[in-house]
Amino acid sequence: MEKVIYDLHTHSALSPCGDNDMTVNNMLNMAVLNGIQVMAITDHNSCKNCPAAMEVAKELPIDLIPGMELCTSEEVHVVCLFPELERAMAFDAYVHDHLPAVENRPEIFGEQRILNASDEIIGYEPYLLINATTISIEETVPLVRRFGGICYPAHIDKSSTSVFSNLGYFSADWGFSAVEIVSRDNIPQLAAQIPGFEDLLVLHSSDAHYLWDISQGENFLFCNNFRHTLGLY
Amino acid sequence: MKKVTVREIAQTCGFSVLAGADALDRQADRVFCCDLLSFVMGRAPADSAWITVMGNVNAVAVAVLADTACIILAENAVLDGEARSRAEGQGVPVLGSPHPIFDTGLLIQRMLED
Repeated sequence: MEKVIYDLHTHSALSPCGDNDMTVNNMLNMAVLNGIQVMAITDHNSCKNCPAAMEVAKELPIDLIPGMELCTSEEVHVVCLFPELERAMAFDAYVHDHLPAVENRPEIFGEQRILNASDEIIGYEPYLLINATTISIEETVPLVRRFGGICYPAHIDKSSTSVFSNLGYFSADWGFSAVEIVSRDNIPQLAAQIPGFEDLLVLHSSDAHYLWDISQGENFLFCNNFRHTLGLY
Repeated sequence: MKKVTVREIAQTCGFSVLAGADALDRQADRVFCCDLLSFVMGRAPADSAWITVMGNVNAVAVAVLADTACIILAENAVLDGEARSRAEGQGVPVLGSPHPIFDTGLLIQRMLED
């Protein structure tokens, strides 16, 4: 068993709410400086900065997992992680087809920058990424599995866009094997509300939208193989 | 249709002003109720008094996009800090109502029909 320091929930400049300084190089280098060994970039409803990030990560002592923070039709956020870029991008295309055709208004929501490995802007995502997709929470686990990935509900103890804020309950039927929590202080209460809580992998990540929000080594797991522990093969 | 200012709504219905105190002269001419932001975005009429329980920053952005007259948080729903500063910055009045969504809307509807 080894201690693996991770941060599996971060937003790049592609997310409208992500700071424009959240370029792939800035994020990954900051993560390395912070001692993070495994990181995921999880923009809202898009993986389009993962290709650049994967390229940058090749040169750095960090394992980058391509990911996405999916917004379900119930406006519940779900972290989706993939074993490789190709699968993530296939999922990205699927999700894009399930986004409402509402154009982003950068002056209201923020820019949605698509970057290359040199942090140059190579495009802008036209559709507003913070919108709800037409994918319901019941569909997420089998859907993401079909693309070879794993998923779990994000910040379940948050007062918005979480299973508890928007649905009010947690169903074992959804099939999640992990959850992301904001504060460990909420564990006793969550354990009482979630059937089979003791069998769930409890993760804690930064949900960083700014460089200074990226985890500083406080989140870790003791395991033999981090990816396998998550269910990524 | 009759119009009422957000200030009149706050005073007549007894709602608290949670943000955007400088923008209370904005007029509303109808009530709109919905919580799912992606629905509100495409459906809320401009100049409506939008009633919801969603007090996060995205709700404020949606109010700006849809150009609603104000946001009214029913059921004493909380306006979080980030949303409050965004509402102040964008000049979006946000009121707080202790009543459920329907009752909150009914109070405003009665003002519009008076």
